[in-house]
Amino acid sequence: MRETVSLAVNGIPVTVPQGAMVSAAVAIAGFIGFRRSVTGQPRGPLCGMGICFECRVTIDGQPHRKSCQIPCSNGMDVRTDG
Amino acid sequence: MTFDVAIIGAGIVGAACALECAREGMSVAVIEAREIGGGATAAGMGHIVVMDDSEAQFALTRYSQNLWIELSKEMPADCEYEACGTIWVAADEEEMAEVHRKQEYYSKRKVPTEVLDARQLQEAEPNLRKGMSGGLRVLNDSVIYSPCAARYLMERAQKRGAKLIHGRVEELKRDGAKLSDGSFISAGLVVNAAGSWSPLLTPGIDVKKRKGHLVITDRYPEFVRHQLVELGYLKSAHSLTSDSVAFNVQPRKTGQLLIGSSRQYGVEDSKVENLMLSKMLDRAIEYMPKLAGLSAIRSWTGFRAATPDKLPLIGPCPEHENLYLATGHEGLGITTSLATAKLLIDQILKRPSAIPVEPYLPSRVKQEAVHA
Repeated sequence: MRETVSLAVNGIPVTVPQGAMVSAAVAIAGFIGFRRSVTGQPRGPLCGMGICFECRVTIDGQPHRKSCQIPCSNGMDVRTDG
Repeated sequence: MTFDVAIIGAGIVGAACALECAREGMSVAVIEAREIGGGATAAGMGHIVVMDDSEAQFALTRYSQNLWIELSKEMPADCEYEACGTIWVAADEEEMAEVHRKQEYYSKRKVPTEVLDARQLQEAEPNLRKGMSGGLRVLNDSVIYSPCAARYLMERAQKRGAKLIHGRVEELKRDGAKLSDGSFISAGLVVNAAGSWSPLLTPGIDVKKRKGHLVITDRYPEFVRHQLVELGYLKSAHSLTSDSVAFNVQPRKTGQLLIGSSRQYGVEDSKVENLMLSKMLDRAIEYMPKLAGLSAIRSWTGFRAATPDKLPLIGPCPEHENLYLATGHEGLGITTSLATAKLLIDQILKRPSAIPVEPYLPSRVKQEAVHA
């Protein structure tokens, strides 16, 4: 069996296979809106390859991280504001 | 038709000049090859700062800053005027001595400032590296989104009848400007406000391109609260020969940060140079280590129009009948644009100015050459 990692998305514990991206963990935790645009619109992953910047979340206190490009790691604290 | 004045370039300087001329009832044509504020106006940081490199630089920057403060009351929100103030950061005791010198200079001239000790600096800007000696806060300094400010000035000029003509000027004549499409804009006076392109149209003026790099980050509100400039800047930016970088970070109203700055002579290519960019960012991170964790979303370059004595050329061009210059503003074009327009229109109308015009007259360069 593949190894797993455990993290929290908006305080909700999520366990994903090692190598899964943060965007997958956010989706598994049940969040569709990853962030809010400047004008308050909900936003979520569009391109899945680091180009569109729509999937940005706050990871361990650091805002504007591209969740589709960052693998999950144990103990990560992920926050969305979508 | 013949215009009273044709202004070459719709950067912030050209736009400000257009507004002053139109205000005086002159018929104005502004000829722009690209878009309003598309050159150094858009490429720069957009600061409105009082500077004390020389008495003349101080007089011009303070005069202009006061004009901006007045104008800011009517500027639309997209100009993003923000009176955030500047902190000149002193990294060591030697630079702290410079803080005190600068404070004395400014207070004698009634520019409000505050000396910050190490602790006060840390409180004012918690993301600066620990162990700085202090700084000088200049309260009235501000930042602005320059391309929108240029557009605003241009729109006001247009409301007063100024015409914006899209075209590339090929040649300046005594009686107007010849465009690359073969047309001719006839004018009683011509003002060369073409920034770093101005020497192409008026060969012989001592304006050189000085390349700069900038980076803009994503939105991190409150990460930086003031415009921050290292006092070591005085050592690096004033070198006229070698390439240099300096710590200069600016908070934008959007929450984004502009990170500069670099200065290079003799480079014509506008491409972003990774070596300069990394030197510039290394310097910024040295002052503000947490910058390393932020995302930059874009980097670009621009060309300042630099003169040997770091003062702009404002006034009649020697030996060229009917030609005025409003160029050579180096890194202070946004700050000094409004005062430039005032000094220009005062000279055109042969009336006294609020500050002496002599230090900025284009003829000074030639006079110096004679005395040398």
